[in-house]
Amino acid sequence: MTVLDIPELALVALVGVSGAGKSTFARRHFAPSQVLSSDMFRGLVADDENDQSASADAFDALHHVAGIRLRRGRLTVVDATNLQPHARAGLIRVAREHDVLPVAIVLDVPETVAWERTEARADRTHGRQVLTRMRRDLRQSYGRLAREGFRKVHVLHGVEEIDAAEVRYEKLFNDRRELTGPFDIVGDVHGCRAELEALLSRLGYALRRDDAGRPVDASHPAGRTAVFVGDLVDRGPDSPGVLRLVMGMVAAGHAICVPGNHEQKLLRKLRGRDVRLTHGLAETMAQLAAEPAEFVAGAEAFIDGLVSHYVLDGGRLVVAHAGLKEAYHGRASGRVRSFALYGETTGETDEYGLPVRYPWARDYRGSAMVVYGHTPTPEPEWVNNTICLDTGCVFGGTLTALRYPEKELVAVPAEREWYAPARPLVPPAPARPDTVLDVADVTGRRHLTHAYGSLTVPAENAAAALEVMSRYALDPGRLVWLPPTMAPCSTSTVAGFLEHPAQAFADYRAAGADRVVCEDKHMGSRAVVLVEREPGRFGGGAVHTRTGRPFFGPPLDDELLARVRAAVTTAGLWAELDTDWLLLDTELLPWSAKAGGLIREQYASVGAAGRAALPAVLATLDAAAGRGLPVDGLRARMAERAAEVTAYSAAYRAYVGPTDGLRGVTLAPFAVLAGAGTSYADRDHGWHLALADRLRTADPEFFTPTRRLVVELADEAAVSAATDWWLTLTAAGGEGMVVKPYAGLAARSPKGSLLQPGIKCRGREYLRIIYGPGYTEPAQLAALRKRSLGRKRGLALREHGLGLAALDALAEDAPLWRRHELVFAILACESEPVDPRL
Amino acid sequence: MLLTLTTTHRPATDLGHLLVKHPDRVQSFDLPAGTAHVFYPEADEARCTAALLVEVDPLKLGGGRGRRQSTAPEGFTLGQYVNDRPYAASSLLSSALTKVFRSALRGESRDRPELAATDLPLTVRVPVLRCRGGAELAVRVFAPLGWTVTATPVPLDETYPDWGDSRYVDLTLSGTLRLADALNHLYVLLPVLDDAKHYWVAPDEVDKLLRAGSGWLADHPERGLITRRYLAHRRALAGAALARLAELRLADEPPADDSVDPGTAGDAPAGDADPRRASLAVRRREAVLAALRDSGASRVLDLGCGGGALLTALAADRRFTEVVGVDVADRSLAMAARRLRLDRLPERQRDRIHLRQSALTYRDDRLRGYDAAVLMEVVEHLDPPRLPALEDAVFGHARPGTVVVTTPNVEYNVRYEGLGPGRFRHADHRFEWTRAEFAAWVTRVAAAHGYTATIGGVGDDDPEVGTPTQLAIFTRDDRTEETSR
Repeated sequence: MTVLDIPELALVALVGVSGAGKSTFARRHFAPSQVLSSDMFRGLVADDENDQSASADAFDALHHVAGIRLRRGRLTVVDATNLQPHARAGLIRVAREHDVLPVAIVLDVPETVAWERTEARADRTHGRQVLTRMRRDLRQSYGRLAREGFRKVHVLHGVEEIDAAEVRYEKLFNDRRELTGPFDIVGDVHGCRAELEALLSRLGYALRRDDAGRPVDASHPAGRTAVFVGDLVDRGPDSPGVLRLVMGMVAAGHAICVPGNHEQKLLRKLRGRDVRLTHGLAETMAQLAAEPAEFVAGAEAFIDGLVSHYVLDGGRLVVAHAGLKEAYHGRASGRVRSFALYGETTGETDEYGLPVRYPWARDYRGSAMVVYGHTPTPEPEWVNNTICLDTGCVFGGTLTALRYPEKELVAVPAEREWYAPARPLVPPAPARPDTVLDVADVTGRRHLTHAYGSLTVPAENAAAALEVMSRYALDPGRLVWLPPTMAPCSTSTVAGFLEHPAQAFADYRAAGADRVVCEDKHMGSRAVVLVEREPGRFGGGAVHTRTGRPFFGPPLDDELLARVRAAVTTAGLWAELDTDWLLLDTELLPWSAKAGGLIREQYASVGAAGRAALPAVLATLDAAAGRGLPVDGLRARMAERAAEVTAYSAAYRAYVGPTDGLRGVTLAPFAVLAGAGTSYADRDHGWHLALADRLRTADPEFFTPTRRLVVELADEAAVSAATDWWLTLTAAGGEGMVVKPYAGLAARSPKGSLLQPGIKCRGREYLRIIYGPGYTEPAQLAALRKRSLGRKRGLALREHGLGLAALDALAEDAPLWRRHELVFAILACESEPVDPRL
Repeated sequence: MLLTLTTTHRPATDLGHLLVKHPDRVQSFDLPAGTAHVFYPEADEARCTAALLVEVDPLKLGGGRGRRQSTAPEGFTLGQYVNDRPYAASSLLSSALTKVFRSALRGESRDRPELAATDLPLTVRVPVLRCRGGAELAVRVFAPLGWTVTATPVPLDETYPDWGDSRYVDLTLSGTLRLADALNHLYVLLPVLDDAKHYWVAPDEVDKLLRAGSGWLADHPERGLITRRYLAHRRALAGAALARLAELRLADEPPADDSVDPGTAGDAPAGDADPRRASLAVRRREAVLAALRDSGASRVLDLGCGGGALLTALAADRRFTEVVGVDVADRSLAMAARRLRLDRLPERQRDRIHLRQSALTYRDDRLRGYDAAVLMEVVEHLDPPRLPALEDAVFGHARPGTVVVTTPNVEYNVRYEGLGPGRFRHADHRFEWTRAEFAAWVTRVAAAHGYTATIGGVGDDDPEVGTPTQLAIFTRDDRTEETSR
């Protein structure tokens, strides 16, 4: 039995004459979806698998599909004769473009066997001479395959060997996903042995020394693994000492190591290549000269065996000396290795004669954390889930390690400047380069997956949101969350009511919640308040509307923030929550403060028309009645309409209050969404409201309390009391209430699905300004009861899930593009056409 | 909604014969949007009043998207939530007039044919009429027809006197006219003042208008406004109607301009009505084109292209081998595509022109590698905190060889009459810069991104306040291009 070793990700070219049994072989060893056959593609483009005139187009299509599969990391097998160099060159090119290894499997059967098989097939009409020519091409191919670029060439001779062959998959050297750490990833050491010893000790490693007192191994009592990002040697005082320690750790399984460009150069020097002794290589060579030859040979072998990058921890962590862009993770090719060792350069040099590096991390959008070194910076900085740990120890900086998965940085200072830097240590790119967003981060049809579900944002919704986001919204750095839309309760059947608490409670009971909180639904404007203790990453904070627009504009918003900031300080929440910023969900009152124009243009206008028209109508009807005309029924209806308009006018007037600047404005906070490093989505509403109450205590004039009632849904008396509470509230002009699962924002049903974060139950009078003054007339009510809520509910849950994910991303300090993607999607969801009256 | 019609002709009750509605009965008629009731609150020898009351069924009226019953086009109802249609006179009332008083509108009367042809003392009252353009417009359209007009504005909310008047008037017309003329005036002019229609305006509306306007519309000084509004601002229809009206006139005069609401006229932005500004827009475009030609650019981006005014000029110049219009608003791009007649261009020309949706606060790889980019009257539409993102996206990432920027010079605003102090030239402008502010911005951006810039202006150079438009041309300094990023 012949075992064919194939990398897990490869482009496999089957090579053989017509009738060699390629398709049968492919069927036996690979899944149908993995096999791309030239016959099939000829059929796809020409409806005839044997139409040779379609070959060029068929191969175009085949190469295209193969390329897409390889980009997506799928093993791909090409079932074609692949007998001619130009045909194979196309495959090599596709494999190289996607940095996977090309593999050839040659099936060589005697010509007689191939001819028998050809003759047995009705659709093969070519003559024997064609087969003879193919045989000749096959013979010529043997010597060429490896030279053409196939990294593995398997040859199977004869029918028996072909039938007995087995395929065995081998992992790529860089695939160490099974190693889950925890890791301590160490930046560029550059011969700073003493600092490395100090750092390993700080990290909790116990050093083992040889008889001469030189460290030869270090192990961690908790079984942690050290990871070296390369550039162990050059410039510093003891490159051999560093090599000795790291080689020992790697040999003992206490560390893994990727090579740096300095190791690479040293290797070439040790192999006798002509290498200039610059950038500290001279020091290394001098130090090695004092070492025994077997140590130098061991070092050479060690460096030669290093793999240019590793994919670790199930694919969540990638380590490479100069970093690695996402398309190269887990790939193998010369350019992947080159990127890992040297990074991407622009091909130019700067004023110090050093190559200008392309800031690949700024464009990085991958989910794997990339940890690297290579470019010295004064402080390690997270850029899009990547971090460079080279803090220039040899230049007198520090030697830094990253604890993974803890994301903690540990550093020890250099004992001295061992080597003068060619250029001063400066950040490689402008400050906070991850504030840069790309339009491709948000536009087009997008599928988003997050911890609370997944959704597809249609391209047209994203397009609509792009306009709002770029023209009207706050800058994405301060727009960290948007409130989800809220569904009303199921439509009530209680006479005279469209919405009634009984339905709201029934909805939550049906969803499996047992305890809810009813909160006064303030009739104001939603205001999200991001307040910072002092101007920092959020520039002091922001107040914005539910679509992300600045609430009032600069002077007033700043004034409002100052007021909130002072209250948070007075309430002592900074220290208590151990945060220097807070994200509050609030309602700003009165409604007229923000929506004055809308109230006057829309609501008051309708009221004015009604209040002017109906008295005139009634007077005319009264005169007609005075003449004895039968207008009683009509008059009664018109009188009812007049009463409705009066009620309607009272409804909107209740939400008008005199304001002048912030005078007359109050804020009703009802949720504390997030603070430094934490999403408070898991806190119950008792906690949220208690904090809101403390803000109110701190500044009773500016904060409005949220009346609330906690209801056990199994307790009929409590449910009935809550209904009465709502009736009283709404009779007094209140908008209504919001019922929420008491457990908090991220409450889930017993089955584990996310619950609606709130269900609104709006008052009978308030709904006049939504559905019209006369919506309570039986005929209208009957028609309105047919309203459908499914779409609105689905939307509310999708937006809620995105919001929770955005809060988590904020807590984790995820890259801006990821946070923005989530917030943007909430806005895009709002472009869904849903009945706005719900 | 209510309309009353009173006459003091003796015997006044003859009104019942003319309207073919008996003064002692109450009659009801089904309408698509409700019910019309006709009754007489007063009817004696000296004075007789007919009342037409339309009881609107809100369920049959538009209101809120997703309602199947909704038939009214958007814009007729006041808003998506609640609306004034049950109360205010509108095209619904006109429909009721034709349904209920059909023969009277035609001037026909079986019982009193001479009376139908006689001028009668009439008073019409419409207690609530939405009047776009204010009470004064009601006078302008009714007075030339022989009516004495009283239009009293209705207060918006008596609880809040500081809110002032609503958009409604209580309209009373009195005059001595043929009843048929009076009804036709109302039929045409009530929806004109309301400036909305509850149905889709189809081409046959032109005939309806000419029929109802027979004998009075052709010579009406406001016929232009009346025609446009009646035909719901559909320009093709209005043009056809005005042409036919012109044939009816002895002396042809240019149609009066509907200067009351420029916002709904569907013409160019209001500012362009000022010939001085119109010429500024043209001069600005010429200055930008000249800068692009001087730069030798052949592949150019028009960033924030809007409806495509500059794109049209760029497309007309063959030296520009690729012209890309970029805007964040889909609507603008659709407008630009229409303006450029993209769907009708031959393929080779079509291939030169591309329209892309993108936002200048985001980087966009598709915008890299062009010779030049234009930001004509764009930066002032961004909130100042978002400008750095634009600078990065345009100068840092797209990095065209040349960038041409124009923006208003706020100092010049004092030269515009009617532009109050502290007011910007456009409602969406987030800022307007002084010359010093613009120069500081240009200098900083050029230095930060490796460009060299020259600053100039467009329009007449006022010795005190400079030119109305500021213009800067940035040229990329290629030697420092890479190190600066």
